[in-house]
Amino acid sequence: MTTTYQKGISRRGWLRWTVILSAAAAIPKRVWAAVARPEAAFGATALDEALAALGDTPQAHEGIQFMTPDIAENGAVVPIRLQVDAEALPNVSKVSVLVEMNPNPLAASFDIPPGTEVYIETRVKVAQTCTLYAVVEADGQLYMQSRETKVTLGGCGG
Amino acid sequence: MAGRIKIRAQKKGDVTEVKALMRHPMETGMRKDQAGDAIPAHFITEVAVFHGDQPVMQGHWGAAVSANPFLGVRFAGGEPGDTVRVAWVDNQGGTGEGQTTIR
Repeated sequence: MTTTYQKGISRRGWLRWTVILSAAAAIPKRVWAAVARPEAAFGATALDEALAALGDTPQAHEGIQFMTPDIAENGAVVPIRLQVDAEALPNVSKVSVLVEMNPNPLAASFDIPPGTEVYIETRVKVAQTCTLYAVVEADGQLYMQSRETKVTLGGCGG
Repeated sequence: MAGRIKIRAQKKGDVTEVKALMRHPMETGMRKDQAGDAIPAHFITEVAVFHGDQPVMQGHWGAAVSANPFLGVRFAGGEPGDTVRVAWVDNQGGTGEGQTTIR
C-alpha cells in the first residue's frame, strides 16, 4: 500500500516537471512563430533581388547611422553598428543588413518592438570589397544607408 | 547541441545595454574541408532577446553572420536585478540559451 502511494506521488511530480519544462521550451518557439522569417529575401542571390523581396526600393535617409570599418583586414569578422535616433526617423519596426557581393546579400534582419532602441551591433562576413547596406522599415516605408568596406582577406575562407 | 551564451546587461541612463556572445560555427555550407567535401551549412537562424518574458528584439540571421556571433542591443526601461535572456535556434535544430541580471 505504502509503495503504491509513493509511486503515485513520484509519478505526479515527474508529470508536473514535464509540463513545466515543455512550457518553458514552448515560449521562444511561440514568439518566433509570431514573426515570420523573410525567407525569400534570405534566399536571394543578388542585391536587387534581396531588396525587392524586402519591399519597395528604399530611399536614402540621413537619420540612419551605419558604422562599418573603412578597411576590414579579415572579411570573416566585420563589426557593424546600426543606430537610428527616434527623432530623426520614428516608428522603426525592422532593420536589415545587406552585403552587396555576398552569395546571399541579406546577412541579418531584426524585428524591433516599440520600446527597444534601434541599435544593433554585430559582426558579419564580407566576401570581398563592396558596399554594405542598412535597410530600415518605418511606418511601412523603407529607408537605407550604405557604406563601402574594403576587404583585404575574404570572408569565405577555405 | 545546446550552446551557452555569455551575456552582460548594464543599465546606462534610461536604457539597458545587452551584449551577448554566442558560441557557434556559423558554417555557410559553401566551404570545403581538406578532403574537398562540402561542409554542411550550420548557422543560427533565429535569435531573440527577452527582458523578463517580453521579447525586446528578434533577429533572423543568415549564414553571413560571423562565427561565434556577437550581438549588442539596447532597450528602454529595465531595472538592476531584472532578468535578461538570450535564446537562439539554428538550421539543424540546435538551440542555445543564456540569461543574466541587469547590473
